[in-house]
Amino acid sequence: MTLLDNPGVGLLPEIFARWFASRGWTPRAHQLELLAKAQAGRSILLIAPTGGGKTLAGFLPSLVELSAPVLPATATAERRRLMSTGRGLRRDGGLHTLYISPLKALAVDIARNLETPIAEMGLPIRIETRTGDTPVSKRQRQRRDPPEILLTTPEQLALLLASADAPYLFGSLKRVILDELHALVLSKRGDLLSLDLARLFRLAPSLTSVGLSATVAVPQELARFMVPQRGGVAARADLIVAEAGAPPDVTMLDSRERLPWAGHSARHALAEIYHLIMAHRTTLVFVNTRSQAESIFQELWHINDDNLAIALHHGSLDVAQRRKVENAMTGGLLRAVVCTSSLDLGVDWGDVDLVINVGAPKGASRILQRIGRANHRMDEPSKGVLVPANRFEVLECRAALDAIAENAQDTPPLRIGALDVLAQHVLGCACGEPFLACELYDEVRTAAPYAGLARADFDAVVDFVATGGYALKAYDRFARIREGKDGRWRIAHPNVAQRYRLNVGTIVAADMLKVRLVRSRASKVIPRGGRLLGEVEEYFVETMVPGDTFVFAGEILKYEALVEDQVYVSRAASEDPKVPAYEGGKFPLSTYLAARVRAIVSDPGSWRELPAQVREWLEIQQWRSQMPGPRELLVETFPRANKHYLICYPFEGRLAHQTLGMLLTRRLERARLRPLGFVANEYALAVWGLGDVAQRIARSELSLDALFDEDMLGDDLEAWLAESSLMKRTFRSCAIIAGLIERRFPGQEKSRRQVTISTDLVYDVLRSHQPDHVLLRAARADAATGLLDVRRVSEMLSRIRGRIVHKALDHVSPLAVPVMLEIGREMVYGEAADALLAEAADELVKEAMQ
Amino acid sequence: MRAGASAAHSRVSANPAAGSSPSRERADHAVVVAGLALVADPAGALYWPDEKLLVVADLHLEKGSAFARRGVLLPPYDTATTLARLAGVIERYTPRLVIALGDSFHDGDGPVRMSAPDRASLKALQRGRDWLWIAGNHDPDLPTDIGGSFAESLAVGPLTLRHEPSQSVSDGEVAGHLHPVARIAQRGRAVSRRCFAGDGRRLLMPAFGAYAGGLNVRDRAIFGLFGAAAFVAHMLGAHRLYAIAAQRCLPD
Repeated sequence: MTLLDNPGVGLLPEIFARWFASRGWTPRAHQLELLAKAQAGRSILLIAPTGGGKTLAGFLPSLVELSAPVLPATATAERRRLMSTGRGLRRDGGLHTLYISPLKALAVDIARNLETPIAEMGLPIRIETRTGDTPVSKRQRQRRDPPEILLTTPEQLALLLASADAPYLFGSLKRVILDELHALVLSKRGDLLSLDLARLFRLAPSLTSVGLSATVAVPQELARFMVPQRGGVAARADLIVAEAGAPPDVTMLDSRERLPWAGHSARHALAEIYHLIMAHRTTLVFVNTRSQAESIFQELWHINDDNLAIALHHGSLDVAQRRKVENAMTGGLLRAVVCTSSLDLGVDWGDVDLVINVGAPKGASRILQRIGRANHRMDEPSKGVLVPANRFEVLECRAALDAIAENAQDTPPLRIGALDVLAQHVLGCACGEPFLACELYDEVRTAAPYAGLARADFDAVVDFVATGGYALKAYDRFARIREGKDGRWRIAHPNVAQRYRLNVGTIVAADMLKVRLVRSRASKVIPRGGRLLGEVEEYFVETMVPGDTFVFAGEILKYEALVEDQVYVSRAASEDPKVPAYEGGKFPLSTYLAARVRAIVSDPGSWRELPAQVREWLEIQQWRSQMPGPRELLVETFPRANKHYLICYPFEGRLAHQTLGMLLTRRLERARLRPLGFVANEYALAVWGLGDVAQRIARSELSLDALFDEDMLGDDLEAWLAESSLMKRTFRSCAIIAGLIERRFPGQEKSRRQVTISTDLVYDVLRSHQPDHVLLRAARADAATGLLDVRRVSEMLSRIRGRIVHKALDHVSPLAVPVMLEIGREMVYGEAADALLAEAADELVKEAMQ
Repeated sequence: MRAGASAAHSRVSANPAAGSSPSRERADHAVVVAGLALVADPAGALYWPDEKLLVVADLHLEKGSAFARRGVLLPPYDTATTLARLAGVIERYTPRLVIALGDSFHDGDGPVRMSAPDRASLKALQRGRDWLWIAGNHDPDLPTDIGGSFAESLAVGPLTLRHEPSQSVSDGEVAGHLHPVARIAQRGRAVSRRCFAGDGRRLLMPAFGAYAGGLNVRDRAIFGLFGAAAFVAHMLGAHRLYAIAAQRCLPD
């Protein structure tokens, strides 16, 4: 279809056509197609690569509609006259378009970018943002006198909906634009947004939606997310796929250095990375964890003889610090930024001409989106270089390159709506206006993630919101919402609404501690003040003792003291940080990429594509042991230093392997094989103990099929969940999102732990008295995909059933070396806290006896 | 009579017939206070075999409903859980006297909110033995209909049992109130547990209640009490206790 055939061309008003021309632009086909469909009253999902004018396309229909004089062109004041809504008064005109972004900063940037065309065309359109930073007076004014276009976040939308004037505010709404939809739908924020959309579609009868997304595996699912489901056939938004830009130019760094067997530092490739930075205008260096970002930033500066402007950006750095880096980037002042997923989303930087991804790509779509951050121009290819940090990552990079060449996508399927998020929403609804349970149930099911919600589950959630949902009906008199004589549920007290507003949202950060830089402490005086460097998770500091050194904010720091929620650190003289493992933001290896890695491993014909040293490694493995087939599980056993090792290679990601390791050690314990510990990496799991597994197998006293039987996900899993700290952490976030307990806010006193309530204790009590409680069900659903990745373990166990290949070896195999090297670096035997206590107590005895 | 001579509000006589210790599978973990070897139970209770005297501290019964009253609807099973745990300890030692060392209820209205079944379990535990409620800061004035007798503190033999530890050095003092928790790091992992904290002269009891939180033994409130790191944290494990020197315990 040429541009002139596009039905949208005629729809573009003269003033817009002239504006495009004045910029030397031609409206793109997808922009006009979207305009045409929008004017026909359709909801639309636009899939476009970055740099394709996606945002402008999304806003174009609204700008065109708002530019047309609805009423005779008179003064604004007259246009905005009051009119009755049946429930109250609202202004004519009112809110026309709502834009939802996953990032507050993105909403602000987009608003600024839209001001330009609006001003240049002289359109009578007011555009405003509403974020957590918007002053109270402006918020109040926005409710009274809303702008035509409001840009905000899912959390702010939830807050706006949870008020009595929501019908007034949103009754006139014509369009909701959902930006970066592919990112939003992945998490509980997406669940919350889907519920808020359901509500918006009910409040605004003529509402349509526009979704903006990067390329995903199944766009139909996003299209379903955007429109109300009304039973039966799935309703979907129309799909527009923008013309793809030039295919990306992605290569793997063919390092001349020796490839490490394990680890994630990529130290061997730093000089080569530095030269790439020198050879390009602006480079984004993506890494997977904050610790990696910190160490690579450090190392780059060690060799930065040319004093290139290289900056650091990750989610734990202070916001002001991050904004500074972003602004410097916008101003073209930087040559490179070392960053984590903190820069996966955000405004386009046209100047970036190279994206380097250090470490495992983790997923094909994910790496494509990252590389798309380079060269935001459709006609030029984005340039990316993958830098594997160890040998296994070479395989993963190879698999990702093959996937990119085929333009294969591996974004995860749409979520099933979480019950804890629903609980938050139900309370929010009651804070707005009283609701009938049957009506709200119908409304909730129009949200795609909740389309299959059972009435019993909905009722359990309402019961939870009202009185906690306990079988023991002890709290009727303390109810938060009550059903009135009219059958409508309403809040029992105004302070319930107040509390709801403080706890809204689905992002439950680990308890964060502020890191402050002070002078090294000579005396015992507790330091105060100091410059704020950023925040770290509480559990990171948990294992440290004063004097320990670690890398943070690009510096080697010494841990001085913890006072309430402040960690005091000083600059360390040491060059060698003692605590290396500050891991943040780990993503699991995608199932799709894992399958591709298994395929490469099992097909020696494909090894030609691999660097020589990796090929050699695999060939020796084949000779000394063997390679697993694509659907097989290879299990190796060998003795080493008076211990017996069992290594298996599921290629299912670290989280799934940890869960598997936990369950396997339980079983080995029962088989009296006396397991001592295990470690997992992304590809393999190593378990060791005192019992000789190989001998037992040889004597047919132990069957690997039985050891890896799927029934380990029954009682063994249940028993482990009872004490798992990961499960307790999962439960904690469910309890906070659902509103069982309240968020802790900065400044609240933390030291008086006697009077605060620990969710671990609540978990223990609830689990033993009411194991089917709605929050425990929510936590178990999270565990299936979250920190425990149980679903992945389950799929793997069923895949390998009857396909386990055992190789009894005399000593460690080449393939086992990487995971064996993790021993000592990674935590061992995850949950046996009592064993650790015994060890500590024994050491004390030993000390005393010497 | 071996009752102590301190200015206690209540006294009991020592039991001359005591000494036969009940048969138990677990190895007893001894803690010494004022020369007496007492048995510390992994559930967090303290037993004096000679006197057949069992001490538990900070039960915080009805903490769940106290939170619920403020709109935080914690599972209403904490009282039942705590009493069941207490029943297990009582069954293990069959004490002649049970002493609840203060903050037995999370607040003064706790007994009123207690459910009928929980009330019945409490009565069952009290049957056939003496029961003494020591006053705590959360529950200074308990209603009398919950059974047992009441005191501000108790002196028995060389021991003085009271809720809040005294600031001056106090030989033979057994106290609660502070909910000690110890934290150690081993193999890169930290483990936190409730604990007894003692230096041979004074013993701090762990909180026994299902919802009772904890305070790190390195906190000034506890550290200061012992003057320095010269005490041992007896951390509660699943089946036994683990003695860890205070210097080895980590701050939060």
